[in-house]
Amino acid sequence: MILRPMTLTEKVLARASGKTHVQPGDNVWVNVDTLMTHDVCGPGTIGVFKREFGKDAKVWDRNKVVIIPDHYIFTADSMSNRNVDILRDFAREQGLPYFYDVIDDKDGHWTFDAARGPLARQYGSRYTGVCHTTLPWKGHTRPGEILFGTDSHTCMAGAFNQFATGIGNTDAGFILGTGKLLIKVPESMRFFLEGALPPGVMAKDVILHVIGEIGFDGATYKAMQWEGPGVHTMSMDDRMTIANMAIEAGGKNGIFPCDQKTLDYVRERVSENGTRSDFDPVELDREQSFSYDRVFDLSKLEPTVACHPDPGNRKLAKEMSHIGLDRAYIGSCTGGKTSDFLAFAEVVRGKTVKIDTFGVPATTKVVQELKDTVWNGQSVWQILESAGVRLTENASCAACLGGPVDTFGRLNQPMKCISATNRNFPGRMGNKESEVFLASPYTVAASALTGHITDPREFIS
Amino acid sequence: MAHTVTSPIYVVQDNIDTDQIIPAQYLTLVPTIAEEYEKLGSYALIGLPDALYPERFVEDGKTQTQYKIVIAGRNFGCGSSREHAPIALGAAGVEAVVAESFARIFFRNCVATGEIYPYDTPVRLSDVLKTGDVATLDFDHDTLTANGQTYSLKPLGEVRPVIDAGGIFNFARESGMIPSR
Ligand code: SF4
Repeated sequence: MILRPMTLTEKVLARASGKTHVQPGDNVWVNVDTLMTHDVCGPGTIGVFKREFGKDAKVWDRNKVVIIPDHYIFTADSMSNRNVDILRDFAREQGLPYFYDVIDDKDGHWTFDAARGPLARQYGSRYTGVCHTTLPWKGHTRPGEILFGTDSHTCMAGAFNQFATGIGNTDAGFILGTGKLLIKVPESMRFFLEGALPPGVMAKDVILHVIGEIGFDGATYKAMQWEGPGVHTMSMDDRMTIANMAIEAGGKNGIFPCDQKTLDYVRERVSENGTRSDFDPVELDREQSFSYDRVFDLSKLEPTVACHPDPGNRKLAKEMSHIGLDRAYIGSCTGGKTSDFLAFAEVVRGKTVKIDTFGVPATTKVVQELKDTVWNGQSVWQILESAGVRLTENASCAACLGGPVDTFGRLNQPMKCISATNRNFPGRMGNKESEVFLASPYTVAASALTGHITDPREFIS
Repeated sequence: MAHTVTSPIYVVQDNIDTDQIIPAQYLTLVPTIAEEYEKLGSYALIGLPDALYPERFVEDGKTQTQYKIVIAGRNFGCGSSREHAPIALGAAGVEAVVAESFARIFFRNCVATGEIYPYDTPVRLSDVLKTGDVATLDFDHDTLTANGQTYSLKPLGEVRPVIDAGGIFNFARESGMIPSR
């Protein structure tokens, strides 16, 4: 029998289920390499685990569980603070080595001191920030592996040539007890990138363009596989931005081939953190079958915006200058990486923003890097502050998903906001009558300077 | 066990994401804690814009909805992976959502928790029916009857027994995949 060649996703799933071959539609039990949860879904996941496996049950493998409080951290909301305490109790009881707690005291309670304000650092030495950006930094994303997380943007780790997807608490509770999950092998779609991005255009524009092309549900149940010479010109940060938003087209996962950039990035981080180094990438087969296969020429792309009310509502930034804005926001797993802030700073440097502009670094490492990067004697952090950006050291999800009312940057009344985040359904960033426009860090920066949606090429020579 | 449910329906359009089903500020409620589960029900669909949906899904001060069936357009449940979404609907007393299509994680969470039956409808019922119409959902024949018309729904297939069992844990135990307690 001749078996059809497999796509990257099929190869990872075949390996994880101990099979030589799988095809779309097969239901397979996969062995899980990493399970990630956070403060929003962790307490419920732990609840399911204890209810189903008993209150003294032990997780299947404590080295494979990663817990990252990141969503509702810098808030005086007592329920949110309690939820971080639930995570801490569980990590202690189970002896989990990968719990990136906000405080250092293993027996302590977390409270946020609102009197100190939202900007100054309020975390201990182990705290990291947004989960999807923490996972690669701490060496938990590795080629060829399986990662599940109780968060829909878990698909970001597909940038590292692995199968990664979001699940609910019940499935996560099942994994905590068994280390396995039954999943359906998705069909794969191929996005073949040629050429290189022109000035002023970023990876964010690529994914916004593609979602606009296939629609907000155009990849539902499917794997989005990225290939082509254009992929190899992109940094790992760029690939993460693209993989992150597979879910905004309904995708099950996004996945990239492994190249030298992937290997260098991952090897450095696993050795820094002492995580598993015996990973095994999956290679591209020739003659794979896809349910969709298209070539995109990166050099033709322009700064793109996803308009209210969904990520597939695509327009070009240059066509939208009539939209006046009340706020600009840069942050999140998608748009709060160091490279995103550097792009933003390139545009606003030496100028002053015209509308309220909030900056929330994804991780505490991003905070550090912005302070350590010096341009002409000034740190990027200072450059941003002098441009009028309200920057916080408290790396977290913050207003990306609204959260409690005292969340930094939250839209507490109806307003128009341009944001480097990934989702803009009604109410996503707080007030449900607000309108959110998704764009690249360049476009958000240019728009912050003018107060209306602005093509950043006006500011980039 | 009754194999039909008759109830007023609540009709929503395309792309009802998980923030509209249960807004982020209520995610501090932990579904496995009984009182918090009930509270989640009281906030079900509270994120819908008032201008588009003037009828409240759950009346103020109540934890249960009068609408046991929700009719939706495309891509219902898109957005986050929060299991709070199907749970909020289930806790409010919803038995089924009948949609033109579902987002994947929401669909899976319906099945995993056994909270609600996510039926696909080939006919775009969200254009034909309106909130307050009374409908009967027949689980044996996979049909929905409203205003004198009977519509065939797509049978749930392999996920049906999982929801019938009350979610993946019960199902896995009944079928011997994990040891019973
Ligand atoms: S930054 Fe936003 S999208 Fe990313 S994990 Fe946090 S809430 Fe989700």
